Amino acid sequence: MTLQAYLTLAAMLFCIGLFGVMTRRNTIGILLGIELMLNAVNINLVAFARYHGDVSGMVFTVFTICITVAEVALGLALVILIYRIRRTAVADHLDLLKG
Amino acid sequence: MAATGDYALWAWLAPGVSFLLLSLVVPLRRSGRPAAWLSIVFSAGALAGAVLAWRATVPDMARRILWEWIPVEDGVLTSVGVLADADSTLMLILVALVSFLVQVYSLGYLADEPPPSLGRYYAYQSLFAFSMMGLVLAPNFVQLFICWELVGLCSYLLIGYWYQRPEVARAAVKAFWVTKAGDVGFLIGIVMLWSRTGTFDFSELFEMAQGGSDALTGLGLVMAFIYLGAAGKSAQFPFHIWLPDAMEGPTPVSALIHAATMVTAGVYMLFRASFLFEQTPEVLHAVGWIGAFTALFAATMACVQADIKRVLAYSTVSQLGYMMAAIGAGFASAGFLHLLTHGVFKALLFLGAGAIIHAVGSNDIFAMGGLARRMPQTFVVFLIGTLSLTGIPFFAGFFSKEEILGATWAGGLTMPFAMLVLAAFLTAFYMFRVVFIAFFGAPVAAAAGAPAHGAHGAHDAAHAHDAPATMTVVLWVLGLLALAIGIGFARSYPESEFVAPGWITPLAIGVAVGGIALATAVYPLRWISPEWLARRLSVLGEAAHERFWLDDFFALVYRIGILGLSRIVGWIDRYIVDGILNVLSAWTLTAGDRLRRIQSGQAQDYIYGVALGVLLLMVWMRWPR
Repeated sequence: MTLQAYLTLAAMLFCIGLFGVMTRRNTIGILLGIELMLNAVNINLVAFARYHGDVSGMVFTVFTICITVAEVALGLALVILIYRIRRTAVADHLDLLKG
Repeated sequence: MAATGDYALWAWLAPGVSFLLLSLVVPLRRSGRPAAWLSIVFSAGALAGAVLAWRATVPDMARRILWEWIPVEDGVLTSVGVLADADSTLMLILVALVSFLVQVYSLGYLADEPPPSLGRYYAYQSLFAFSMMGLVLAPNFVQLFICWELVGLCSYLLIGYWYQRPEVARAAVKAFWVTKAGDVGFLIGIVMLWSRTGTFDFSELFEMAQGGSDALTGLGLVMAFIYLGAAGKSAQFPFHIWLPDAMEGPTPVSALIHAATMVTAGVYMLFRASFLFEQTPEVLHAVGWIGAFTALFAATMACVQADIKRVLAYSTVSQLGYMMAAIGAGFASAGFLHLLTHGVFKALLFLGAGAIIHAVGSNDIFAMGGLARRMPQTFVVFLIGTLSLTGIPFFAGFFSKEEILGATWAGGLTMPFAMLVLAAFLTAFYMFRVVFIAFFGAPVAAAAGAPAHGAHGAHDAAHAHDAPATMTVVLWVLGLLALAIGIGFARSYPESEFVAPGWITPLAIGVAVGGIALATAVYPLRWISPEWLARRLSVLGEAAHERFWLDDFFALVYRIGILGLSRIVGWIDRYIVDGILNVLSAWTLTAGDRLRRIQSGQAQDYIYGVALGVLLLMVWMRWPR
């Protein structure tokens, strides 16, 4: 397996995630899309670490995973709160910042 | 010798201390009579200091005490201190004396005032004495100007003493504004003089003038500006309009500020700076002409007034015109001499008038009548003052007035001389008109004129009597002083700077007696009825009644000139300055409104934007160049 294959996989994964973030109506779906994008980045980091034989890329991946966990926990909490207050979790309905 | 400056300094600072005490220690000020006594004691101290300073002066020697005030890179811009010489200490005595006597007199005159008002009055009086002495002793133009403004402020505050009455407040503001118009010129003049010569100091300027310095040539415009300040303060035509209205203040204030001291500040300043004015004969000429015209002009208006204080006010304007005429003729010391004698006898006249107003409860001379029997003491001293003002021999005004007539003749101002002689005739007429109407005969029109301030209750001429001791004693002191000065001059005639022809003395006495004779023929004897005289001079009389429409003219100039200009400026401000800003802000608002639309509030739209931006960046980075 060459580096290029990994990178291609990561790019595809990132695009799928971005597509999900941009098109999903449900907020939880959007969060899932974000997870996919972050994991695409992780694959990139690990692939380059392997390619260069440098461990620090992998260490960074561990950090990213930790932070992702926290982010998801926070995001889900927000979604629940929003659902409680506004009785909806559909992104199109959440337009309080409309100018 | 060294002491003269120190005495003068102490004399100057004494009223300042009492002002500080009265203004800072509030319970003391609000206590009324203790405050008055404090102020009186300090002004007595000032008087003692002034007399000691004068006795310690050496002829032709000026003693200076200076403190550096505004330091600049090379030396000192200006200093404060005292400049004590024979002239300034003499003026200092006049100021201290009249201010002391007026403060004593006010104890009786304002006895019915509530204590806090009385305390306020004495605080102002102290501040005035302090500022006026600072003006008299000023060693340079800067201190002179500062004290000049301070006395103007005190004048405003004291005219407006009964500020609850609208006409009093208006008179105070008018006095402030009119003098301020002149003061602006004065300030411009001082600064221009400084830019020419680089100094404000009288002594340095004097040395320049002695040395014939080039910096002092072509000062015409500068001196004209400086004269403007003096014209405003000393009520010269056409700035005289504030002085008659200033009579709304308490009578002792009129005596102190608007007769004896503050209004003469302009004359004093010209006298002080006469060595500068001598460099500009054309300005001096104008000073002389305006002075003589003012003297005559004010005298005509004094002839038709029914308010005793206004007669005296116009007479003050007229006498100030005399002093200015003498200065304009180039003999400033003659003007200064008249300033001193006038200060004494005009204060006497005003305080006498105050005693009458106090007793009668009205300013109207036709509401008085027959007061000679009921107020004999007041009558005698008022007569002394009148004779002094008229210029009868052996009274204070005679020598100084004759000196002025001689000075204008010797100075070659023939036409002003004629005006002054005519004014002297009118002076005798209008003063004796007041004496005959107020002190003889019967009250003609009770309560026809403007009532005096309300503090005195229901007095009238029939029950009038001499004033309480504090007032009467003051009147006698001033009366005897006027006599003493007259007799003193008669014994040792002061040496003149000029040679006046011998016929001036009989002429001066002649016109004075002529004026008295005319007044006698018109009022007590009724050989000529006043109505007939008024009919014959109807145009002039009407014009004088209306103050020659000058007040109306100023009001018109104000309406058309100032208000018109403000209207134009207001239009420009509203439609051009504000207009540009309004257009700019409208554009900003519209742009903001348009831009607002792109904010949909949908998080996903923003992500589209971010993704699109990243895509564009990548394309731009990879674009083949």
